[in-house]
Amino acid sequence: MSEAQISLSHICKVFSLGDVEVKALDGLSLGIRQGEFVAIMGSSGSGKSTLMNILGCLDTPTSGSYRFESVPVETLNRRQLADLRNTKIGFVFQGFNLLARTTALENVELPLLYDRHRIVANPQARAIEALQRVGLGDRLDHEPNQLSGGQQQRVAIARALVTNPPIILADEPTGNLDSRTTLDILALFQKLNRDGLTLVVVTHETEVAKYAGRLIELRDGVLLRDEINRQPRDAQADLAVLTGEVSDEAA
Amino acid sequence: MRLHKLILVALKSIARNKMRSLLTMLGIIIGVASVITMVALGEGSQKDIEGEVASLGTNLLMVRPGSIDTGGVRGGAGSRASLTMKDVARLEKNATQLRWVSAEVRASGQVIAGNNNWNTTITGVSPDYLAIRNYAIESGTFFTARDSKTRAKVAVLGKTVADELFPDSDPIGERLRIRNVPFKVIGVMAEKGQSSTGNDQDDIIFAPDNTVLYRLSNGKTIHDISASAISSEAMDAAKEELTTLLRSEHRLATDAEDDFIIRDQTEIVEMATQVTGTLTLLLSSIAGVSLLVGGIGIMNIMLVSVTERTREIGIRLAIGARPFDILAQFLIEAAILSLLGGAIGIFSGLSAAWGVGSLLGVSAVVNPAVVLTTVLFTGAVGVFFGFYPARKAANLNPIDALRYE
Ligand SMILES: Nc1ncnc2c1ncn2[C@@H]1O[C@H](COP(=O)(O)OP(=O)(O)OP(=O)(O)O)[C@@H](O)[C@H]1O
Ligand SMILES: [Mg+2]
Repeated sequence: MSEAQISLSHICKVFSLGDVEVKALDGLSLGIRQGEFVAIMGSSGSGKSTLMNILGCLDTPTSGSYRFESVPVETLNRRQLADLRNTKIGFVFQGFNLLARTTALENVELPLLYDRHRIVANPQARAIEALQRVGLGDRLDHEPNQLSGGQQQRVAIARALVTNPPIILADEPTGNLDSRTTLDILALFQKLNRDGLTLVVVTHETEVAKYAGRLIELRDGVLLRDEINRQPRDAQADLAVLTGEVSDEAA
Repeated sequence: MRLHKLILVALKSIARNKMRSLLTMLGIIIGVASVITMVALGEGSQKDIEGEVASLGTNLLMVRPGSIDTGGVRGGAGSRASLTMKDVARLEKNATQLRWVSAEVRASGQVIAGNNNWNTTITGVSPDYLAIRNYAIESGTFFTARDSKTRAKVAVLGKTVADELFPDSDPIGERLRIRNVPFKVIGVMAEKGQSSTGNDQDDIIFAPDNTVLYRLSNGKTIHDISASAISSEAMDAAKEELTTLLRSEHRLATDAEDDFIIRDQTEIVEMATQVTGTLTLLLSSIAGVSLLVGGIGIMNIMLVSVTERTREIGIRLAIGARPFDILAQFLIEAAILSLLGGAIGIFSGLSAAWGVGSLLGVSAVVNPAVVLTTVLFTGAVGVFFGFYPARKAANLNPIDALRYE
């Protein structure tokens, strides 16, 4: 595996608002290998979401090139990009982006219904399974406005997981979760990561970043820090301690 | 995404805005309802006319005096624009292609029986007339050739006349006066009912041709000749023979135009059909315009819907919907909206057709082909007018759609 799964070179993203030009990303180069767990940090407005949108093939860079599994993304047409988003990438949005007036189950099922390559035999069963993994097995028929912020966030995570993509891009996936649920999700992520899934997670919590194997920090659209975390924390172990504490207190 | 899922999504979205959907469909509903009503009534009345014409008699040929107006020189020297009993006699004697021949002489006037009186038409015919016109006697008898020869003062009453003049008694054998001429009632006709034009076909008195001609009319000219060809295959031959015999009887020069007009059932049907056909065409084009307006209404509401649901489109694109999936989703929604309008339109159109039909005494005919065409057409209207909004939705850029507020 010489070539990285994700490879960005000299990516710029410029938003022009009338006369003012905002350089959200300024010549960013970055490679991510399959099976990595990358945490992206940076202050608000540093370009994290902009980077994620480009990685997720939702947005195109102003300049620079992006290769996904060796394929230059700029050569793909709209249909090919749609298929790529559907089968290769699980995306968790910062603002959840769930379909309103649609149950959690239907929301999670949706990516499978758009999958033309691998016809899924029982999309509903797969969706239920994904929701159970994020601890929402009892909220299948709730619509987004009947769910708490943290629950909506977990539905969004389940929707990203359900297609078994090789890579998950999550923008603040634990931003609305308490420490216990955060650990649940991180444990799930780490388990998937051990099975070969690539994870790119944006977070502003240093605590969360400690569970990743690599830490990237952005500032004003440029790479400030990119270092390997030799000893990531184990979410499963921390979870055991936490629940142990809880049961100790209860006793 | 598979079709049934797309349909489900579309139905959900339509159901979410019930009032708006209904108002949008209104144009289509009105258009389709008027098409269906028009066609049902048009075909119904045409069928009524055909049935009526068929009931006029089998292989009926009708001769009237006059020439077909071609705008050129009319009837040459020696032509008489009239028919007489001599023409009838000639046909009875020489025609080989005609089974029955009867004169028709009409007079109208007051008829008095006891204390009752009634204004009606007295038609003088030969005994063959019953067979020519498929008429039947309910009670008593019809007159005979002998009655005709002797100008016998006998009358056969239509049901209406019988009821008016003899409300409480059996008219057979009773006496009545037609324009002061005394007649004896010998029979009553079976009931015929109303014609499609609303005429009461039972408001009539039949009497022998010569009796009416000499006692109630001018003693010279008759109004029509009705005849029956020997078979339906012989219709053309019979027409030719009629023409030849009447031309020779009228001593027309070879280059002179006919001074009579022969009509058969098909021509009568054609005439009636032409009128209803023009009417149907006119009303159908009005219906077409309202379908067009309905289609534009659908386009308008679909554009609104696409704008409202920009974020939803963004989400769908982001999780891997192809542009075609989005296109299909909105096209199907437009088509369903239109088809639903079409279905309601068909239903209300048929109800209206039956309502109006029974009010006017016209039957409404449901033509499955027309219903099917309408369904296909409304579906096409939906797809056509839904295409622009749907394409607009499909061409959205995922990130722009997601950011839309
Ligand atoms: N659509 C846009 N139009 C104009 N400017 C934009 C747009 N999207 C982002 N920006 C600008 O680009 C910069 C980076 O934005 P971005 O959303 O990537 O930040 P972020 O790191 O995700 O911040 P946060 O932690 O608050 O989510 C910001 O200065 C923002 O104002
Ligand atoms: Mg962000």
